[in-house]
Amino acid sequence: MAQVDVRLVDVTKTYGSDVRAVDGISLDVLDGEFFSLLGPSGCGKTTTLRMIGGFEEPTSGRIELQGEEVTWLPPHRRNVNTVFQNYALFPHLSIRENVAFGLRRRKVADAEVRTRVAEMLELVELSALADRKPGQISGGQAQRVALARALVNRPAVLLLDEPLGALDLRLRKQMQIELKRIQVEVGITFIYVTHDQEEAMTMSDRIAVMNHGRYEQLGAPAEIYERPSTRFVAGFLGASNLLPGTVVGAEGDHVAVRLDLGPIVRLPAAAIAGRSRVDVGVRPEKIRLGSAGAATPGVNAIPGHIQDLSYTGVSTQYRVALADGHLVTAYAQNIARADGGASALPGAEVLVEWDPADAFAVDPLPAGTEPATDPVTGAPIE
Amino acid sequence: MFAWLRRHPSATAYLLLAPGILYLALFYVWPTVGMFLVSLETGTIQTGYTQSWNFGVYPQVLGEYWGDFLNSILYGGAATLATFAIGFPLAWFVAFRGGRYKTLLLFLIIAPFFTSFILRTISWKIILADNGFLLGTLKDLGLLPDETRILATPVAVIAGITYNFLPFMTLPLYVALEKIPPSVLEAAQDLYADPLSRLRRVTLPLAMPGVIAGSLLTFIPAVGDFVNAELLGNPRTTMIGNVIQARFLKVSDYPTGAALAFILMAAILTGVLVYARLAGTEELYGARAG
Ligand SMILES: Nc1ncnc2c1ncn2[C@@H]1O[C@H](COP(=O)(O)OP(=O)(O)OP(=O)(O)O)[C@@H](O)[C@H]1O
Ligand SMILES: [Mg+2]
Repeated sequence: MAQVDVRLVDVTKTYGSDVRAVDGISLDVLDGEFFSLLGPSGCGKTTTLRMIGGFEEPTSGRIELQGEEVTWLPPHRRNVNTVFQNYALFPHLSIRENVAFGLRRRKVADAEVRTRVAEMLELVELSALADRKPGQISGGQAQRVALARALVNRPAVLLLDEPLGALDLRLRKQMQIELKRIQVEVGITFIYVTHDQEEAMTMSDRIAVMNHGRYEQLGAPAEIYERPSTRFVAGFLGASNLLPGTVVGAEGDHVAVRLDLGPIVRLPAAAIAGRSRVDVGVRPEKIRLGSAGAATPGVNAIPGHIQDLSYTGVSTQYRVALADGHLVTAYAQNIARADGGASALPGAEVLVEWDPADAFAVDPLPAGTEPATDPVTGAPIE
Repeated sequence: MFAWLRRHPSATAYLLLAPGILYLALFYVWPTVGMFLVSLETGTIQTGYTQSWNFGVYPQVLGEYWGDFLNSILYGGAATLATFAIGFPLAWFVAFRGGRYKTLLLFLIIAPFFTSFILRTISWKIILADNGFLLGTLKDLGLLPDETRILATPVAVIAGITYNFLPFMTLPLYVALEKIPPSVLEAAQDLYADPLSRLRRVTLPLAMPGVIAGSLLTFIPAVGDFVNAELLGNPRTTMIGNVIQARFLKVSDYPTGAALAFILMAAILTGVLVYARLAGTEELYGARAG
């Protein structure tokens, strides 16, 4: 069992009387972990991070750092460093002195400062620019200086607030890999804030998906992607198809659900968690389109006809209309050359098939509310 | 005309500058040259002055009035330091803790300007009077010996200059501090800087442009000031401004007054150049944080 580096206990932050920026978060971040706070704008990610860094005081709750309570400790007395979103480099100091800043404040001996700064500049591949001022380097380089300036102090935890937010897509992808490499290399716990689900998934060991000041699900990327526990998480992490239904029976570790549009499908009992009304969810890439009337045994199958399709090169995206007009999205990898058989043309009758193990279930919408999800992407409509 | 300007874009800039240049030439360069010529004349007010290219007047007045020059530089320098000592915390507070009262606080800083300079200085006379409400009260309370006086001492002159020039220091400092991004200060905190080293290593170096502007805006007019020394000082606290004013308006000894004015101008110009040169280097910006 890895040691807990950061523990939040029922942490709440309110601004004024009505803004609950963070609403009772409890979580443990383990030593050496790459932990992400993922969520849409305004969900409280920055506020949570700032409370861990000491820049904001919680309205209530406790924050522990390596077993010690730090809730009221000012930032300069916490063994935590932050990479700010806009980097916040010291404009009057050279890159070298920017990186040395923390060590100097801690009265580290000059010779050691010099070797550690040199090592760190090496790690982020900026040795050549050490004597420049922050105004004379590019955004990507500034980003790495900010990282080096924080890491050189060997903090227990590094906090990163959308550190790649200001970079263009290509550089962003490159820096994601770089950041992950550095994190593995130095073995420091990272708490990473982002609103980009792909970024969170590629880099994190665990992700807390936040919404309205709390997290809806916490787990490894594959876990929250494959088995989202709420409608919000399902929609935020990628496209999904949600079909409402009622539990009608159980057989072994599977449960049968009668979809409102007719057919009965099977799900792992664990996904149902005792509910009687659920929305059955399945990701588009988990769906196979089978020929009508030739259902594969043991697989969930719903008849429909292809409404339209779009070829994107690596895959083809189909939209299949079900009996009640519900649209289901399916992605088919173009493994063989896509010469488009007659069975895959608009209007063709098909079976929407998926393995019972690939499905998940979320709470249904309250009765009387229209599905507030985009029929194509499955993303929640705000 | 316009077609020609379009073909010569840089000419437009000069054309726009023309009124300013004309104004300066007419009301600054011309009188300066005239004054320089006056400084080299000899004669008396009765017989009239004639041009005699008497460069000897410069060493002569310097020898005669060096004490007043010294007073000016000392009082002006002390007042500049005092305005910084008062103005920096003031500007810091308004910039970082002013919140939604910033505008009001800034207004209060410049509010004294709505009263005449002379009137404000005369008010200081009342405040600093030997038995005025400040010293009188302190003496009555036994906190000060009876013979203590501030009025008609160098302290009164420096205090007056400090008071009168405080906004010239505070406003540039405020502008410089205001421009510092809060995240940079948070970064300093994040990197273990306690409040004092944050001030020394980050806030102050980043406020340097304001420090330079503020001290020049205060020091230059303070050195040439004569109102404070006249109203709050004594005959031994005369500044060079008092002498120049007396030479011109009381004794009507124009060449001496003009020569003194030129020496003052040259001294200030040299001082400013040296200061700007020093302050502009990285050492003063604290780049070698150690
Ligand atoms: N100083 C403040 N005063 C009042 N409300 C605030 C303050 N700071 C944040 N909030 C509010 O708290 C909520 C959470 O803000 P926070 O900055 O943590 O969001 P975020 O998840 O980081 O969003 P983003 O992705 O846009 O950065 C928002 O609704 C925001 O408006
Ligand atoms: Mg944020």
